[in-house]
Amino acid sequence: MDWLSSHWDEVVQLAGDHLYLAGIPLVVGLVLSVPLGWMAKRWSRAYPVVVTTTGLLYTIPSLALFVVMPLILGTQILDPINVIVAMSIYTIALLARTVADGLKAVPDHVEQAATAMGYRGLRRLVGVELPLAVPVISAGLRVAAVSNVSIVSVASIVGVAQLGNLLIDGFNRVIWGELITGIVATVLLALALDALIVLGSRMLTPWQRAAGGHP
Amino acid sequence: MIGSLLAWFTDPANWSGDDGIPYRLWQHLWYTAVTMLVAALVAVPLGLWVGHTGRARWLVSLANSVRAVPTLGLLLAASLWLGPKLPGDLAYVVPSIGVLAILAVPPLLAGTYGGIGAVDPSARDAAYGVGMRGRQVLWQVEVPNALPLMMSGVRSAVLQVVATATIAAYLGLGGLGRFIIDGIKLGDYAEAAGGALLVALLAIGLEGLLAFVQRRVVSPGLTGRAVGGSRNDDEREGREDPADATVDLRTPA
Repeated sequence: MDWLSSHWDEVVQLAGDHLYLAGIPLVVGLVLSVPLGWMAKRWSRAYPVVVTTTGLLYTIPSLALFVVMPLILGTQILDPINVIVAMSIYTIALLARTVADGLKAVPDHVEQAATAMGYRGLRRLVGVELPLAVPVISAGLRVAAVSNVSIVSVASIVGVAQLGNLLIDGFNRVIWGELITGIVATVLLALALDALIVLGSRMLTPWQRAAGGHP
Repeated sequence: MIGSLLAWFTDPANWSGDDGIPYRLWQHLWYTAVTMLVAALVAVPLGLWVGHTGRARWLVSLANSVRAVPTLGLLLAASLWLGPKLPGDLAYVVPSIGVLAILAVPPLLAGTYGGIGAVDPSARDAAYGVGMRGRQVLWQVEVPNALPLMMSGVRSAVLQVVATATIAAYLGLGGLGRFIIDGIKLGDYAEAAGGALLVALLAIGLEGLLAFVQRRVVSPGLTGRAVGGSRNDDEREGREDPADATVDLRTPA
């Protein structure tokens, strides 16, 4: 506690960096996963391709992906963009399939009713199918959020600053307060992001509460 | 950049001795095997027991909550705590392997428990109906039916261990992570990137191998590969992989 009170500003600063490095990829990944998931749902041949490719991407260990990133992007090893792109890849790897499964779970008769009411193409996707898939997609987003926050701390090894710096510095200088603060702050950040997604999902699906949680 | 990477891969000095690629690869595989053995000895019997009896399900939630803890933090804390108490190499080997095993338990437990829990209740009832005892039901009905999910638990656990063993090189553990950590420390990007590519290849290779093993050990009747597979009640063409349909076993790596 002594350590935390004397380093409060530093912890807040690093937590902000951590949120940025884990959060931006979450948004980017979600935005890119929607067209991918939609394609996988639309064409049955695309589904196994999307599932296999994203599965393989998720297989690559984080430290390896951070280090390989400059090779692909032509950036410097210390550039935070490496971490943002790598985390976006992980997010897509988790979400593309979830979006596809969520869209697939929309009942046929609902789609037909929407079509009959004049919803077509993109309008049907945005106005009917995606809102109905929100519970499934948000479940995937929660896994991705917790996983992103946990993985980002590894970026300290390649020199990109965030809460992981507290872990490494606390270890190297044998300051338990710093190490523990790093772990607790990371977990709290993950839980906060998770709660935010649950809240957002509830606000987007008012019909779930109206029906007592079982539509 | 590509040129120096090629030079690193083709340098004969990097292919021999205690700091060569083959030995580091062997170390990485050895740590993974030992860890998986330890974790499986704990997680599989526990998962079978929870799944078969339906008791103590909180164990699975408890194990899953470990996911939010940063692996780097666990590794460093374990090393800082145990390191000074252990002599020589054990100072970083024991905490590293211990943390790797702890991280491998949740996916193994969830896969085993989830697999047993997802067995068609009518199949279980039928097994009791034809006179099977609890133990027979477990080994002859529940386990074979649970294999797809158990195997995806194994696959997630192996990937988790391979990834975390790479990070454990920061504490001094051997394996392919050494190239990454040493490369970064010495400012030798070619070595770091070479190590990273090897780790990625190892992970993808192991995943492919385990997917192949899974295809071999899972009964064709479960995957819809059997002729006239009646489980394929889905109207759509093609089978859906039953392996990870119900439980998300993927953990941050």
